[in-house]
Amino acid sequence: MTMLKTILAATTAGVLALSAVQAQAQEKLKIGIITTLSGPPAVLGGMLRDGFMLAVKQNGGKLGGRDVQFFVEDDELKPDVAVTKAKAMVERDKVDFVVGPIFSNILIAIMKPVTDSGTILISPNAGTSNFAGKDCNKNFFVTSYQNDQVHEVLGKYAQDSGIKKVFLMAPNYQAGKDSLNGFKSAYKGEIADEVYVPLGTLDYSAELAKIAAAKPDAVFVFLPGGMGVNFVKQFRQAGLADKVKFLSAFTVDESTLPAQQDAALGFFGGSNWAPNMDNPQNKAFVAAYEKEYGGKIPASYAFQAYDAALLIDSALKQTKGSTADKDALRAALMKADFKSLRGKFKFNTNHYPIQDFYLVKVAKRGDGKYETQIAQKVFTDFADAFAKDCKMQ
Amino acid sequence: MTDAALNAAPRRLLARRAGLWRPLALFAVLLVLPVVFGAQADYALSLIERVMIFAIAALGLDLIVGFGGLVSFGQAAFIGLGAYAAGILAFHGFGDTLLALPAALALSALFAAATGAICLRTKGVYFIMITLAFGQMAFFIASSLAPYGGDDGLTLRARSTILGFAPLADERVFYYVTCAGLLGIYLLCRALIGSRFGRVLRGAKENPTRMAALGYEVFRYQLVAYVIAGAIGGLAGFLLANATNFVSPAYMSWQRSGELIVMVMLGGIGTLDGAIIGAAAYILGSEYLSQLTEHWAMLFGPFLVLVVLFARGGLIGLAARLRRGAR
Amino acid sequence: MSLLLLIVQTLNGLQLGVLLFLIAAGLTLVFGVMDFINLAHGVQYMLGAYLAVMFYTLTGSFLAALVLALLASLAFGLLLEFAVFRHLYERDHLEQVIATFGIILFLNEGVKVAWGASPLSLPVPDAFSGSVVLMPGLLYPVWRIVIIAAGLALAALLYVLVTWTRAGMLVRAGASNARMVSVLGVNIRRLFMIVFGFGTMLAGFAGIMIAPILSVQPGMGDTVLILAFVVIVIGGIGSIRGAFLAALLIGLVDTLGRSFSVDILRLVMAPSPARTVGPAIASMLIYLLMALVLFFRPAGLFPAKGRG
Repeated sequence: MTMLKTILAATTAGVLALSAVQAQAQEKLKIGIITTLSGPPAVLGGMLRDGFMLAVKQNGGKLGGRDVQFFVEDDELKPDVAVTKAKAMVERDKVDFVVGPIFSNILIAIMKPVTDSGTILISPNAGTSNFAGKDCNKNFFVTSYQNDQVHEVLGKYAQDSGIKKVFLMAPNYQAGKDSLNGFKSAYKGEIADEVYVPLGTLDYSAELAKIAAAKPDAVFVFLPGGMGVNFVKQFRQAGLADKVKFLSAFTVDESTLPAQQDAALGFFGGSNWAPNMDNPQNKAFVAAYEKEYGGKIPASYAFQAYDAALLIDSALKQTKGSTADKDALRAALMKADFKSLRGKFKFNTNHYPIQDFYLVKVAKRGDGKYETQIAQKVFTDFADAFAKDCKMQ
Repeated sequence: MTDAALNAAPRRLLARRAGLWRPLALFAVLLVLPVVFGAQADYALSLIERVMIFAIAALGLDLIVGFGGLVSFGQAAFIGLGAYAAGILAFHGFGDTLLALPAALALSALFAAATGAICLRTKGVYFIMITLAFGQMAFFIASSLAPYGGDDGLTLRARSTILGFAPLADERVFYYVTCAGLLGIYLLCRALIGSRFGRVLRGAKENPTRMAALGYEVFRYQLVAYVIAGAIGGLAGFLLANATNFVSPAYMSWQRSGELIVMVMLGGIGTLDGAIIGAAAYILGSEYLSQLTEHWAMLFGPFLVLVVLFARGGLIGLAARLRRGAR
Repeated sequence: MSLLLLIVQTLNGLQLGVLLFLIAAGLTLVFGVMDFINLAHGVQYMLGAYLAVMFYTLTGSFLAALVLALLASLAFGLLLEFAVFRHLYERDHLEQVIATFGIILFLNEGVKVAWGASPLSLPVPDAFSGSVVLMPGLLYPVWRIVIIAAGLALAALLYVLVTWTRAGMLVRAGASNARMVSVLGVNIRRLFMIVFGFGTMLAGFAGIMIAPILSVQPGMGDTVLILAFVVIVIGGIGSIRGAFLAALLIGLVDTLGRSFSVDILRLVMAPSPARTVGPAIASMLIYLLMALVLFFRPAGLFPAKGRG
């Protein structure tokens, strides 16, 4: 009799638990997107949001079988504003995931408030070294890369292709310094000069004169946003494009190419992806993105956010839509069992991706639009250098 | 009271009539809010904390702008200096308030003294520009401090301790501490304005030549006021670093200094209460608007223009006019 | 560091100076004559560039774009003057700062709504798209020479206008004492409107001319605004001559600072810290310069009479 009672009790408990999970599965999935939507960098923040939302739209408005409710916040590139908004997302809105941000300093500011609350933070862009190493966090996942890796791609390419003398330039801020250090870690040739320009420099006449005087084989620059647009135009106008090879990171991409146009043709960048990447899911993504967003070609910010959505979807499929069991959710996320737009994708022990990196080249498409195209693979299964310092609990 | 008398000295009358009810109401609301928000409302508390912190900085600014006639476009630099003092000490393990707070105050006061001595030699828009220049210099120096994160900023692992204990870790406790800070600064400013020092300062704003003729060393009084405003900014910075557990050069940009000026103006220049009301209106307003639409700046911009055109004396002036109109 | 490089950098510095003058001229005029702090000068500059891009896309001709954009800038400036600014002339500087700051917020977001957040580009007109050899391996775009010529021509034009024409005399008188001019029977409202319109056109003109070498994006006027203010403060508000000389000075200091700060610092410190301290100091140089000038001359180098 007791045996029967036990079985009955167990079954009832099981059914109740299942229906609780089911009940939760019917509840809307709340996704908080925190990104920069004001000021000049708004174009990047917009791409992050648009890429993520496109994925959800294509999935019928659902992730993991659950309808998605979005909470989109503008961090205004102000860390203190971001902290308040992140806190609002996890406490007031009770989001299940926070996706974002674009910028490293915002990431550093919101890491504590988001992860302390047990909410999972997925960054589709910023990937600082501290969170890859000594400050790694079990609630933090990255679908982009560790910031330094992209710069190493160009360094390795320069080294392997026999370039003897390189002129380096980056803005005088943390990311700029990381960039040139990343390049130098892979490039062992001669450095003609290492120049840090004030952030927001508009006119590069002085630096262009220096480059011409130094007569390097190549330049490597990291000049995001408007800085890159200005430099590329002026570099070409100064006639240096024919004499000096142009290597760069985050300087010629789909967010700046519409302004750079012909001036950037043939210039090189480094990336974990390009719009012309030849796999079916990517081709579908690029076509859908262009159709949805006024003919604009997506940049990496968009595809990485799209992948973040796919990642969440895949994890939720494994937990049957439930976010209640955090350990199970994290394990499911770690599996990264989804078809990434970049081909293969897996997480390292520190939740940063291990992926291939490519040299990309700026080209003009048949329809007159500008995009980066894969030129050659530079790194296969490239893990970041900080994973060994990560002791995740 | 005749109309002439009313129009002649609206501010004095406003002060006497409004008297204490406005600040009393303000602080009563601030004290009660945590209870209204209930439990688990850290984000709402953190929003109001930001209001209070910027209100403190705005009070310091109102002191020199509203009463001294010295429009400083560099107040945000003092916030940044106070924040960095706290942040850098915490980074090296000296996170106690007894060390961090005096350091924050001292650093901002020193910077104010050094730069004020140069700035106060100029007047009008030249003064505005040179305070901007020094603010920019502080910004660039902070951005180049690579060991402390540069422009990536610096995280504070924990809030400042008090004599070894960590009461500030509790959001409500920190909220009330900030509130106490705001109250303290408000009372300080009020006392300063009512004192002889304040009268000399206001006299110098009206007519510096006359004050000089009366034998007052205008430059000295203004410098002291400037240093006090700077130290108040430093206090705000110390609290901001604790509120967000983060310091960054972004706290000291010239745009932030501009925002502080807007806050003072929005509330009502030279009313002290206005600094608090303006800070609340600006921060809560932009927070609310940014929820409505991502193009909130297109609403906020014209709002500022309308305030300047039609609401002379800011929100306080507007309220007073409405009250008078209703009679 | 060769002599040739030094010469080239000096030339670059002077070119940057002329560029800055182009931007600051309108600002000092408006400020000098009307005692009006126009923070919206930066967004007027930005709007000029955006209008040029738009008209170029519509007409395919740079010249047409230039003329249309100038007219549109003028129209827009006059609209702003009529709707907002003319009510602010009597107010104190602080209120002018707040109101024009509101205009900045509005327009920075407005251009994003109208033209998108991505940077845009304006191509150099074909007639001027060549380059001259400045130094072995370095070409100098002809368009930059055009900009320098435009800046110098503008300086000359303004000088002639202000010194030798009746309108210029009124402008100078208005800068000294607007009330007196009004009392003497001059329609001060109309004078202000004309000056403001002209100032707006100058801002727009600068934006249009510079657009082919810079990126056109929201917020592009903000950095430029600060630079323009530094120029006119150092030069002395209201003085065209002051603005011209200050602009050249700043251009030289900024360019030479950026070019050689690291080399100079390397004489006293190790290369690695020098590389990052150098640019930090270079960023601050123009502010240090301004502080220095204001220390010795609290009203700038050539203050217009009656200011103070």
